[in-house]
Amino acid sequence: MSAGHHHRLYLPGDTPVHLLPPQCKLVAVAAFAVAVVATPRERLWAFAVHALLLTVVAAVARVPAGFILRRMVIEVPFVLFAVAIPIIGTGARTEVLGMSLSVPGMWAAWNILAKASLGVVASILLAATTEPRAMLLGAERLRLPPLLVQIASFMLRYMDVILDQMRRMRVARESRAFVARDLRQAPVLARSAGALFIRSYERGERVHLAMLSRGYTGEMPITRDLSASGRDWGMAAVLPCLAAATAVLSWSLT
Amino acid sequence: MTGTGAPPSLRVSRLAYAYPDGTQALFGVDLTIRRGERVALLGPNGAGKTTLVMHLNGILTAGHGTVEVAGLPVRKDTLLEIRRRVGLVFQDPDDQLFMPTVRDDVAFGPANLGVRGDELDRRVRDALTRVGMLDVIDRPPHHLSFGQRRRVAVATVLAMEPEILVLDEPSSNLDPASRRELADILKNLDVTVLMVTHDLPYALELCERSLILSDGVIAADGPTRSLLADADLLAAHRLELPYGFAVPALQQ
Amino acid sequence: MHVPDGFFDLPVSVGAGAVAVAGLAVCLRGARRELDDRTAPMAGLVAAFIFAVQMLNFPVAAGTSGHLLGGALAAILVGPYTAVLCVSVVLLVQGFFFADGGLTALGVNITLMAMVTAIVGWGVFRLITRSAPGSRAVIVAASFVAALVSVPASALVFTLLFWIGGTAPIDVASVAAAMGGVHVLIGIGEGLITSLTVSSVLAVRPDLVYGARGLAKRLVLRTAEGFEAPLVAAPATGEAPVGRIRPLLIGGGLVAILLAGVVSFYASGSPDGLERVAADKGLNAHEEEHGLSDAPLADYGVKGIEDERLSVGLAGVAGVGITVLAGGAVFYTVRRRRRHRAAV
Ligand SMILES: Nc1ncnc2c1ncn2[C@@H]1O[C@H](COP(=O)(O)OP(=O)(O)OP(=O)(O)O)[C@@H](O)[C@H]1O
Ligand SMILES: [Mg+2]
Repeated sequence: MSAGHHHRLYLPGDTPVHLLPPQCKLVAVAAFAVAVVATPRERLWAFAVHALLLTVVAAVARVPAGFILRRMVIEVPFVLFAVAIPIIGTGARTEVLGMSLSVPGMWAAWNILAKASLGVVASILLAATTEPRAMLLGAERLRLPPLLVQIASFMLRYMDVILDQMRRMRVARESRAFVARDLRQAPVLARSAGALFIRSYERGERVHLAMLSRGYTGEMPITRDLSASGRDWGMAAVLPCLAAATAVLSWSLT
Repeated sequence: MTGTGAPPSLRVSRLAYAYPDGTQALFGVDLTIRRGERVALLGPNGAGKTTLVMHLNGILTAGHGTVEVAGLPVRKDTLLEIRRRVGLVFQDPDDQLFMPTVRDDVAFGPANLGVRGDELDRRVRDALTRVGMLDVIDRPPHHLSFGQRRRVAVATVLAMEPEILVLDEPSSNLDPASRRELADILKNLDVTVLMVTHDLPYALELCERSLILSDGVIAADGPTRSLLADADLLAAHRLELPYGFAVPALQQ
Repeated sequence: MHVPDGFFDLPVSVGAGAVAVAGLAVCLRGARRELDDRTAPMAGLVAAFIFAVQMLNFPVAAGTSGHLLGGALAAILVGPYTAVLCVSVVLLVQGFFFADGGLTALGVNITLMAMVTAIVGWGVFRLITRSAPGSRAVIVAASFVAALVSVPASALVFTLLFWIGGTAPIDVASVAAAMGGVHVLIGIGEGLITSLTVSSVLAVRPDLVYGARGLAKRLVLRTAEGFEAPLVAAPATGEAPVGRIRPLLIGGGLVAILLAGVVSFYASGSPDGLERVAADKGLNAHEEEHGLSDAPLADYGVKGIEDERLSVGLAGVAGVGITVLAGGAVFYTVRRRRRHRAAV
């Protein structure tokens, strides 16, 4: 399902959005997602407001629309699912273009599509304006358990190694006319998974040993100042606060 | 040069080690290196030199036997102190450099030891100046040439200001001028040096004493000059002097 | 299987979030015993590996593909507590960096893909390796079964959550049928990848497999002249203490009982029409997400209540049945081979 992962997530820049401390952005995006999910699905205008808010953020951060759209491919499996809901859904039915569709099913599909898309775009904007390493430091400042942060930082470090090895192994497989067609090919993929694991581990292990030999004890030394001022928090709060206000309004205006 | 009474810089006794896949690489190594000595560790490919070196700052833990650094045994609870004392330059600089910029990479070690601010900056610049790499300070290490990466790798360890410097084949892949400059750096350091090398003239130039490690045990230990003059000994351990090179002692 | 924002209602999202936080807290405590400075990068690698392998979609039935969930694999490689952390990290990174899986659905995703798979996978793995301990073949076979079982287990919990608080008005039967059926097949892929990965890691670096610890190596001392003196076995890391497996087994057992209860509640609905629903829904339904224009889809949702219950039960029973049969077969073969070898 995750076939759309692109490796280039971060768009370097020095816009106000880029410069916000990562912990503020993490909290802002999570709060925004909650506000979106809490918005009742019948208030179409509220979703338009949410989308407008994200558009403004994207414009300020100078993240091009094409970039966002390309990264939204990640959603495709659930878009397919959402499109299927009105067809297989239960409840009252109506005719649309000669197809019998379930009315609650269409609402549900809209609900999932709208909320998931807004969530996805918010995350894309976060990743596009925050370096992965900074994001981890931000998570650490938010008191995410250090063990999780440590595993995540190793994961990011290994990711390059693994993706690189994977690409090479795929080239090697395909240059020998291998195509994954059905379950019978699974052992081939699985065996390359095993080889991939060992190769990546041994490369990464040597790097880790080098880190240990220079006194690494499990936490990256922080040589950069990452504290957030009240102003930073205030800036970051604009997006979720407006979204929350929209959600509250949409509940109260009937 | 001799600190009488003070414990030796390195003492390894009866060290045996097998890799997790079952390959045994060390079969009972004994050696002692005194304070301030510069010693070369020679031996054929696969003799176990890298494996031995990895034990000296606790990256590998002895399967059997002991390693002591300036009297302090290498154990789990002493590791940070051991790594403060022993600086290790890896055989492959790509294993050693992992941060996004040269500056971050050189700062990594001292920062782990708690150095911060101006002192950290001084150490980084100082170490890079010594290896002549100050002008690449803001570049990513993987964009440097192999020889440049090796010099940066040396700088990452120098910045930690260790008491004992262990280098695994520091001169391989260096151009002659860089090889010379590295020799000058090592000669001017006031620390104990253990240097793994296949470069026998380099060993002769830098180290009064040499050890030959062969098949996981120490096969010879003595003045570099006399070891290199012993053609049978060299042949028995697959060591060769470069063509046309003769040990100066013999010509005198 | 990454659930996006808006898929479950708020109570379920919040409830699953609470479960996830509590589970992570327990695992953080437990993982301290499993991890040292050598194995922390191993955990990172396992996380990165699962992430990467999730991109390798393996084709299941016509038109459907699945990807690794990875919980069982992680549990066998780094231990159950750390495994939950690894997969959770994968999900966090996917959510925040890659926009895969909704941020408000993180609790659901962690519960389903990290906790259920790791706990069920590890429980099954320990059950098998404990009753037939020792050899590499057993560990590999146990990995296969553990991974195979973990996927439909996760799919069943998904169905349970959907039944409690899914936002889409699809009868839970269809969901159960689609999830249960297809995920047994995906489970086979998961089992293959897991067992082959574990087996190749075992062959080269047995020290990296948590579930196979305790293999001591004999060292030899030698002098320069070549005289050899064997030493006693080096101190081994030791077998995982039994005490810490029990809570996991109990947890896994509880989950299984809960699932079985839900499934049988539905299964008791009506006894007729078994075969057709099994054929139509249990095994083929997932396709419909992909091929929308198929004719039978239109009347798919208007089925009566009887059939719904029936197919939930069916999907569950089919899933559990196939899993148990496959697992039993592997287990039996391994046992027989061992006994056979012992007898020779
Ligand atoms: N990670 C490993 N796993 C298993 N065996 C290993 C590993 N690293 C080295 N060995 C084996 O241990 C032995 C000693 O290797 P080591 O790297 O210490 O040799 P070396 O003296 O440094 O050789 P070189 O001059 O080529 O660098 C060799 O037989 C080698 O194959
Ligand atoms: Mg070597």
